[in-house]
Amino acid sequence: MSAALLAAEGLCKRYGAIQACRDISFEIEEGEALAIVGESGSGKTTLLHLIAGLMTPDAGEVRYRTRDGVIRNHSSLSEAERRALMRTDWGFVHQDAARGLRFSVSAGGNIGERLMALGERHYGRIRASAAQWLERVEISADRLDHAPWTYSGGMRQRLQIARNLVTSPRLVFMDEPTGGLDVSVQARLLDLIRGLIAEMGLAVVLVTHDLAVARLLSNRILVMKDGEVIESGLTDRVLDDPETPYTQLLVSSVLAV
Amino acid sequence: MTPRPYNFAYLDEQTKRMIRRAILKAIAIPGYQVPFASREMPMPYGWGTGGVQVTAAILGPNDVLKVIDQGADDTTNAVSIRAFFVKTAGVRTTTDTSEATIIQTRHRVPETPLREGQILVYQVPIPEPLRFLEPRETETRTMHALSEYGVMHVKLYEDISRHGHIATTYAYPVRVADRYIMDPSPIPKFDNPKLDDCPALQLFGAGREKRIYAIPPYTRVIPLDFEDHPFERTKFDAACALCGATDSYLDEVVTDDAGGRMFVCSDTDYCEKRQSDKRKDAAE
Amino acid sequence: MYVAVKGGERAIRNAHALLADRRRGNRDTPELTPAQIDEQLALAVDRVMSEGSLYDRRIAALAVKQARGDLIEAIFLVRAYRTTLPRFGFAEPLDTAAMTLSRRVSATFKDLPGGQVLGPTFDYSHRLIDFTLETQDASAPSQPMSAAPGGPQSPSPRVTDLIARDDLIEREVLATPDAPVSDITRDALVFPARRDARLQNLARGDEGFLLGLAYSTQRGYGRNHPFVGEIRFGEAAVEIFVEDLGFAVSIGDISITECQMVNQFTGGDGRPARFTRGYGLAFGQSERKAMSMALVDRALRADEFGEERKGPAQDEEFVLSHSDNVQATGFVEHLKLPHYVDFQAELALLRQLRRAQGAVAEAAE
Repeated sequence: MSAALLAAEGLCKRYGAIQACRDISFEIEEGEALAIVGESGSGKTTLLHLIAGLMTPDAGEVRYRTRDGVIRNHSSLSEAERRALMRTDWGFVHQDAARGLRFSVSAGGNIGERLMALGERHYGRIRASAAQWLERVEISADRLDHAPWTYSGGMRQRLQIARNLVTSPRLVFMDEPTGGLDVSVQARLLDLIRGLIAEMGLAVVLVTHDLAVARLLSNRILVMKDGEVIESGLTDRVLDDPETPYTQLLVSSVLAV
Repeated sequence: MTPRPYNFAYLDEQTKRMIRRAILKAIAIPGYQVPFASREMPMPYGWGTGGVQVTAAILGPNDVLKVIDQGADDTTNAVSIRAFFVKTAGVRTTTDTSEATIIQTRHRVPETPLREGQILVYQVPIPEPLRFLEPRETETRTMHALSEYGVMHVKLYEDISRHGHIATTYAYPVRVADRYIMDPSPIPKFDNPKLDDCPALQLFGAGREKRIYAIPPYTRVIPLDFEDHPFERTKFDAACALCGATDSYLDEVVTDDAGGRMFVCSDTDYCEKRQSDKRKDAAE
Repeated sequence: MYVAVKGGERAIRNAHALLADRRRGNRDTPELTPAQIDEQLALAVDRVMSEGSLYDRRIAALAVKQARGDLIEAIFLVRAYRTTLPRFGFAEPLDTAAMTLSRRVSATFKDLPGGQVLGPTFDYSHRLIDFTLETQDASAPSQPMSAAPGGPQSPSPRVTDLIARDDLIEREVLATPDAPVSDITRDALVFPARRDARLQNLARGDEGFLLGLAYSTQRGYGRNHPFVGEIRFGEAAVEIFVEDLGFAVSIGDISITECQMVNQFTGGDGRPARFTRGYGLAFGQSERKAMSMALVDRALRADEFGEERKGPAQDEEFVLSHSDNVQATGFVEHLKLPHYVDFQAELALLRQLRRAQGAVAEAAE
């Protein structure tokens, strides 16, 4: 049995007196979608930043299996290697599109940037790839030369996704990807994401406070409270039949409309 | 208060040594911006203090100095800088490119091809080619260290998508010795090919930004472009109205307020030589 | 027949002659002397010394005269002069607690050892133009006054030292106490900057720029709840340690203004709550500068206190890269230099694009 794609072991992180992550361990397989849910202050965003290599843990380690099968410890990665992984193997979709896009650069430039960073030097081919991806995220091709500041919120998120997926990453980190969007826009976006995950066989780590989003997108789920994972398992099982009182409370608090 | 005599070329020897050390580092790493402790000079920042400090550090009593601005020896700032070195170093000056051992220039490369043993000193306002895309020095430093230049091509991509062409006409970025991306100073892109495989040493001084960089002789210097939008050398539709040259960079001169224009060589030394050659030919 | 432009040299010579003529102005008006500038426009001289980074009243006054009253031009002259001076070494840190005080105010205490000494200040004056100054300064007392009449100065410990006695204000702890002090005139500033380099940069920074930034912190762009712990203006002794003697000797007094801001307290993480500080220092009586510097200093220390950098005054690279008015004016004014070669390149491209657009439009019809 091959090693997991990403493995977190004993992760700890504190901010002053606050323990944001206590001794967290889990694994993600290729093609698997894992949701990390919890209320604000549960530590889920900190955990996401730790496993994405954006923050260093106070204790514990994160291991990633690269395309050539080598297992690398995050802390052993040089800045150059980390940035290279960020451009090829990984993606990061931010809740706020402004953090994940160049706002004054056209959609084509935004999507094409990773290709150019990897050495693609043919304008026509870059533009064609960018146009293809724009269509794949259901944005009309005539918006290719427009900058994200002219886009709606939902479109910006779809552009962010395209920008991340253009290099066919193996693992995508998502931080509340549908947060702040209108409900109908959310639904469309979630549908798109679900389709892309299936088509591309992506592994996904998704942080959300919205159980419905977790239900729709993930296979497995971690429930966090006060920096600890208090329950984990298959998403459907945990949400249908929560074992711990806190998870029961979370599930029952969701308004059924 | 008696006037204090100046050290040769104004700067004290300690300072010159510091600048030379920076120059040596720059030559060792072509295209890499070496920080240096730029001194306050008697002319304003932005008016050539970087170039002046580099020239002052390498100038010797036997050097012959040429100073040009916009290609001409007689523009006011070139006059002022030349006078500065005459006053503080007493070196011989010339307007003849082939006679000079050191040429300090603002915004142009001389038309006359340079030889081994000559040094071209460029005045640089903004040394960082990535600056307009990334204002932070901490970030651009990392980008150079990791060769992360994707964002440079994003800019060129944007130009083509907006204008159909790469819209950079001066300070056109280049890749030096297949490693560092460099800003060649605001020379028109017409001059970019002259930097490649040049027999002379090219030094770049940015006083206000406190950086020195260099291109050693015979170094590969390639302008950035796309395969399907290759770098194009500028061509003029006219010839020089004074000397007839068709291969030099031309200045547009407005001759009346009815739209009258004429084009003349920006490089005054080149133009005058051609004119005097023509007169000689005509006389024979 | 067009002849290439010549005569740059003659033009410059004429320009300098005209400048000298305008500087002298109407020959019937008495010529200004540097001594008059030093005495009667003292605050201009103070600013030129501070931002010129050179304590020499005579040079600064001369520079003000030569610059026709343009203070940034005068500062430029002083800086250029400073470059040529030989350096002997570093002074001992100024002991501002031992200053001879002309003025000393604190907003944090109603009264304190040494008292509140107003000194020569515009603070409570009514800003009504005094037309008697046109002919003769009638408000000046017939005899020169000393700043502190009535005997020797009573002990005036620094307010920050008083608060520190109860351990209520942060203590400055140097990570490496024996590390050499930065010198931004010798080494290029790198980011992130050490605090000593930052303070040097701010000390010679443009008063107007720092004033605007300081003001912005008070209006919410990085608020840090400042109180003027103390402003002291007076004379401080400059001392140099002499190797051969084995002790420090005074080489003279300089007049300085020191501002200690007491700012928002922080604590937590097992550390007791304490007030934080901002520091400002300038030559002469330059309170606006010292106060602005202290506010910006504190704003730039955001990381030390876990404060989010939101306002421009907290942005280190932005503040320190643009505070030097000699650099700033050089680059802004360099736009006056010929740029016609590059402009020509832009013109050519623009014409080309217009032709291409025109051709497309025609083809479409």
